[in-house]
Amino acid sequence: MAIDTAIVARIARLARLPIPAQDAAQTAAGLSRVLDLAAQLADAPLDGVEPMAHPHAQTLAWRADAVTESDRADALLALAPDARAGLYAVPKVIG
Amino acid sequence: MASDIAQLAQALRARKISAAESTRQALAAAQARADLNAFVTLDEQAALGAAARADAALAAGDASALAGIPFVHKDIFCTKGMRTTCASRMLENFVPPYDAAVVERLAAHAAVSLGKANMDEFAMGSSNENSFFGAVKNPWDATRVPGGSSGGSAAAVAAGIVPFATGTDTGGSIRQPAAFCGITGLKPTYGRVSRYGMIAYASSLDCAGVLARSAGDCARVFAAMAGHDARDATSVDRPCDDYVGALSTTLQGIKIGVAREYFGAGVEAGVDAATREALREFEKLGATLVDVSLPYAHLAIPAYYVIAPAEASSNLARYDGVRYGHRCADPQSLEDMYARSRGEGFGAEVKRRILVGTYALSAGYYDAYYLRAQRARRVIANDFAEAFKQVDLIAGPTTPTVAFKLGEKTSDPLAMYAADVNTVAVNLAGLPAISIPAGFSENLPVGLQLIAPAFAEARLLATAHQFQLATDWHAREPSA
Repeated sequence: MAIDTAIVARIARLARLPIPAQDAAQTAAGLSRVLDLAAQLADAPLDGVEPMAHPHAQTLAWRADAVTESDRADALLALAPDARAGLYAVPKVIG
Repeated sequence: MASDIAQLAQALRARKISAAESTRQALAAAQARADLNAFVTLDEQAALGAAARADAALAAGDASALAGIPFVHKDIFCTKGMRTTCASRMLENFVPPYDAAVVERLAAHAAVSLGKANMDEFAMGSSNENSFFGAVKNPWDATRVPGGSSGGSAAAVAAGIVPFATGTDTGGSIRQPAAFCGITGLKPTYGRVSRYGMIAYASSLDCAGVLARSAGDCARVFAAMAGHDARDATSVDRPCDDYVGALSTTLQGIKIGVAREYFGAGVEAGVDAATREALREFEKLGATLVDVSLPYAHLAIPAYYVIAPAEASSNLARYDGVRYGHRCADPQSLEDMYARSRGEGFGAEVKRRILVGTYALSAGYYDAYYLRAQRARRVIANDFAEAFKQVDLIAGPTTPTVAFKLGEKTSDPLAMYAADVNTVAVNLAGLPAISIPAGFSENLPVGLQLIAPAFAEARLLATAHQFQLATDWHAREPSA
């Protein structure tokens, strides 16, 4: 699978990862190498096989619809790079 | 310094040494081997506090087998009040407000954590060269890698600094470094140990486990770690076996499948020879060797390197510079903040896997990559199920080579990924497996992998233990 720099730009945007223009060709080559590995799956006789998302065929456990967490807002906000007035602060979104 | 849990536990009970003394010795050993770069954080004060509590428990006479035993956590487990970095710049200054389940459980057994072990960033790597804090060196040969991603954990145990360390295994990250460092590494069944508070890489594959000198010691630690935890929705609610009590189970009547695909073209002659010699030892102990085939084994690497990056791209979307972790300086906009924080915070391999995963999950490619990989996952798991109709365990070399040189594979991701060729299928199927020292090639340790059906850790550990009663590969230590 040949990944070109246009595809790199598109997935970098989706992943919110900046790829500097001078690195795009090298990144494309690296991704092509990895996706060539995945291309081996294309030739395998897998049509009609049920996909497996998880090791165990278990259903998720139910739990009571009850509040179990204590109020730890201060401790959690203390981890933020920028928090003010009990809120996470980010750059202005609406001009 | 006793490098073995059983010996040290005995000495602690006989009052030949206190937990405080044992902890100080381990801290001194860690300092003396700073050259290995095995640790990200050592916290002497916290360790000595835990040692004092262990001494009190020992004096009260109701202490666990792990009371007063020094160890380190892989820096992927959240530790309340102690920074947890995942060896990433993204979390360089992250101090969790809570403990992971594994951290809680080992603390409840009064084991003494010295701090946090180095690792590949976000557990992505097979050589421990992807750490923001620098590469870890192999105690057997400082020019070689210890394996990864639990490379700091493996190096710390192999160097005799601590008798055990915690690790995680998403595609081989416990077993491969255990093999490269000449120690024993247990990857439990998926869901047997809680993932609560363990920083996520690929959630359907991630497993917490243990690295120690011997299978007996792995059993002692695993017994403390295992069990249901409602806070992890994938934690399995079924009783644990008596893993330590079962160690005395002999190999009489056991059938061990020798998987021919695990002795493929990439396996070095010395690794092949040591593994086959070890298999003959199992025969002498009463096991029957049976040739088995895992016909879809060749699809494991391609499937893994779609599924794991896909899950990683989703899991690592949380690092956006808003709630915790790295934020770039002077963001010009929200978009700029997201992109630059992530660009600065993540290393090259993490970025590569996020991009691969994003691509595999993107519109138009999902069926061809992600869904196709999940179909491959099914046939790989079916291979094991078929083989386990004939045999109790499956064996082969853990890795195709012995520890490679630092820098040898960093320029080619595919060469690095090939180090996982015999380990990733086990994660895709969710099975338990152990790597045990099985000999040497070129004066470097060789690991043998045993794989068991889901939840058969007791059989797995007992088989490894019986081998270790008859051999001394696991007792060999590198010269300092």
